Parts: sequence; structure tokens; C-alpha cells
Amino acid sequence: MKSASYVTHADLGGQRGHGRVQPEPEGALFHAPWEPRVLALVLAAGAAGAWNLDMSRSARETLSDYARLSYYEIWFAALSKLLVQHGLVTPQEAASGRAHVSPRRLPRKLMASDVAAAMARGSPTQRSIEQPARFAVGDVVQLFVGEIPHHTRLPRYMRGKVGIVERIHGPHVFADAHALGRGEDPRWLYTVAVRGKDIWPTREDAREAENLTVSIDAWEPYLEPV
Amino acid sequence: MCENESDHTNHSHDHSELSPMDLRVRALETVLVEKGYVDPAALDVLIDTYQTKVGPRNGARVVARAWVDPAYRDWLLKDATAAIASLGYSGRQGEQIVALENTPARHHMVVCTLCSCYPWPVLGLPPTWYKSAPYRSRVVREPRRVLEEFGVMLPDSTEVRVWDSTAEVRYLVLPMRPSGADGLTVDELAALVTRDSMIGTGVPLEPPGRAQ
Repeated sequence: MKSASYVTHADLGGQRGHGRVQPEPEGALFHAPWEPRVLALVLAAGAAGAWNLDMSRSARETLSDYARLSYYEIWFAALSKLLVQHGLVTPQEAASGRAHVSPRRLPRKLMASDVAAAMARGSPTQRSIEQPARFAVGDVVQLFVGEIPHHTRLPRYMRGKVGIVERIHGPHVFADAHALGRGEDPRWLYTVAVRGKDIWPTREDAREAENLTVSIDAWEPYLEPV
Repeated sequence: MCENESDHTNHSHDHSELSPMDLRVRALETVLVEKGYVDPAALDVLIDTYQTKVGPRNGARVVARAWVDPAYRDWLLKDATAAIASLGYSGRQGEQIVALENTPARHHMVVCTLCSCYPWPVLGLPPTWYKSAPYRSRVVREPRRVLEEFGVMLPDSTEVRVWDSTAEVRYLVLPMRPSGADGLTVDELAALVTRDSMIGTGVPLEPPGRAQ
């Protein structure tokens, strides 16, 4: 932790002390008038193509005040951060609501007439690569253990655990590389299932862990054969 | 509570009811529109899309169809992306979907411990609790206690299977069809399918007439 230059505040799996879940009825999506505006701004600004989804996730999880922000506050803070980092908006502009600096040219602009088609199309991350899959369904694998000094999708509670390859999803854009701006670098993606008892071996967890299996979706570089 | 309400009433007479966040978001939106980065009409369409068009009723139709049509159920379990697209639901945050069938032996639950990944085309935007620390931290460690907070008690003999959506594959739970639902139409069945039952934190409603 001390030596890692990258700190995520979003890797919550298995943490204690967060209290009870507060269920909500189906219609309750927004809790303040600004929340739907943030949703739309994040989607529209993302569609402009200055950054990708993994860079967005990285911007969110590294917010130093992540733990005390609501989810749409996190989205807004990360959007503001990305806009400034990419030189699209200055902090003064964001604060004043007035543009002072001429705009940068962006790859795309999402127009109202294109929203339905763009949302229905999405951004598929499946790719084809020549390299064959290293693992097959049923293989026993160990998840990487150790620090990862950049954005990753390998949660801490699963690191070093031994599990079984349950599904193969094909090659996908590799989030770790994509977030770093190293291109798509597609790698094979697998569902790896680990027994609850192997994740939570202590006595206090025994009852819940007894009849539990948890899986993550893991790219090939996260896995070693056992 | 009463004091807060009267405070609120007093404030509503003030010239500005906007919170600091309302003002900050409005300022950023103004700049992005002024600089030509976003189309203000597109923002309204995006909000309308996820407020009125794309939501859990989509997924409920998928589930109800699977309950009445064994061939569709098989297709859904084999290639959910295609089976769901055949009903007109596809796209952002659901480019690749896997359906998970609940049985008496196995109960599936879906989470994203790292952020808020969720199958938008079939369930819409995630509820606040799904994105919040209590659910994300606990469901991979004490899912039965989490289920109890949703009012669901599972037999000890039922295996709990938690899917942490750490990549771009999205998961939809196919809940068990409630007993006594014979003879209902697909629409009537869809009305029994709750959002939470498709995340795995709930079970479908009882058919009318059977509810206590």
C-alpha cells in the first residue's frame, strides 16, 4: 500500500463497517434535480471521445473524498476532473459557468437525434485476437496476488485466491491497459469462481461462507495456472 | 420532521431554492454547451431515455417470456444477449449479457464491488443501494444477511452464488416462477417480476389471489 503510487477508494468487496443496505422502491432513481443532469452530462461528455470508460472509472475511484460522496457526486467530481485534465474546461470556467478559453476540437459530438441509436449500439468490448485462450473451462487457476500500481478490475478480496474457470467470454478490451491510455490490448476474459470458504476462511465467516461461491470476470493476465 | 417541513416551506418562498450542487452542475452544463462539447437537446433525450424508456420492465418482459416459453428460456440461458435483443433491448452497459437461472438448489446475486456495473438495457439505471458501500462491501461476504435486509430468507441448503461484475459482461437473474401463476398472460406474469428479483436481492411477487 505504501509503495503503490495508485490508490483506489472504490475497491469495497469484503470491507466491514459500512452498515445496513437501504432498499428502495423501483421508481426511486434520482434524489435531487441535479442528479439526472449529471447522468446526462457524463454520458454526453463521454460520447465526445476525449477519454474512455476505463479512464472514467479510474478518475472516479481515485477521488480522495470518494468515501463521503454520493454516487452522482462522484460522477460529477470525476467528470470535472477529466474535463480539466484534458484541457477542455478550466477550473475557473467550471466555477463561473462562463466560457473564457476557446474550445478544443473533439472526435465526436452526441446530437439529440443520435442518442437512441448510440445507446442501443453501446460500446461493445469484445474483440478477436489470434492468440488462443490459455485456459479452458474447468481449469484451476490462481488470481494474481500483489499490488497493482494502476487502475485494475481485479478486486483486492480475490487476489491470490484459487478458483475454477467457469466461463470463457472471448477476448475483451483489457481495462488495465485501456485506462492507462495504452490502447485496447484485448485479452481473453474468463469467469473465475472461488469457493466462499477459500475467500473467507475465518471462523466468524464460516456460516455464510459454507454454501457460498463468488465469481469475478478476470482477464488472462490476472491468472496463473495451478 | 415537522420542523424540517416548515423550514422547507419557508425556504420555498425565497428567490432561490437551488442547492450548491444544483448550481455547480448548472454552471458546468452551461460551459459545456457554450463551448459546443454537448448538445443540450441530447441531454434531455438521455434523461428521458433512462427515466421513461429503459428500465426494469424490460427485464420483466424477458423473464416472463422465459417462464412461458421453454425454447426462449433455453436461448436466454445459452445466449442472453441475442435472446434479449430479439425483444428489442440492447446496447450501452449491456453489450454482452449472461442470464443466471435461480433454482431451489442455487440462488444467484449480482454486484459490482468496484463501481456500479449493471445491465442497463434490461434493468435501467441501478438503484442507489446497488451503488452504495453497504451492498458492494457485504454481498460477497455475507449475502444471506444482506438478503434478510431485503426480507428474503433462503434455506441453508440453497447455495448462494454471487457474481461480481468486474468486466463488461452484465448479469441478469432469471428468478423462479412463483407457484400458482398458471393461466396468467405474459403481461400478468411480467407484473410479478420485481427489479430486485432480477438482481437476486428479491423474489417475484405472489400471483394475485395468492398474496396473504
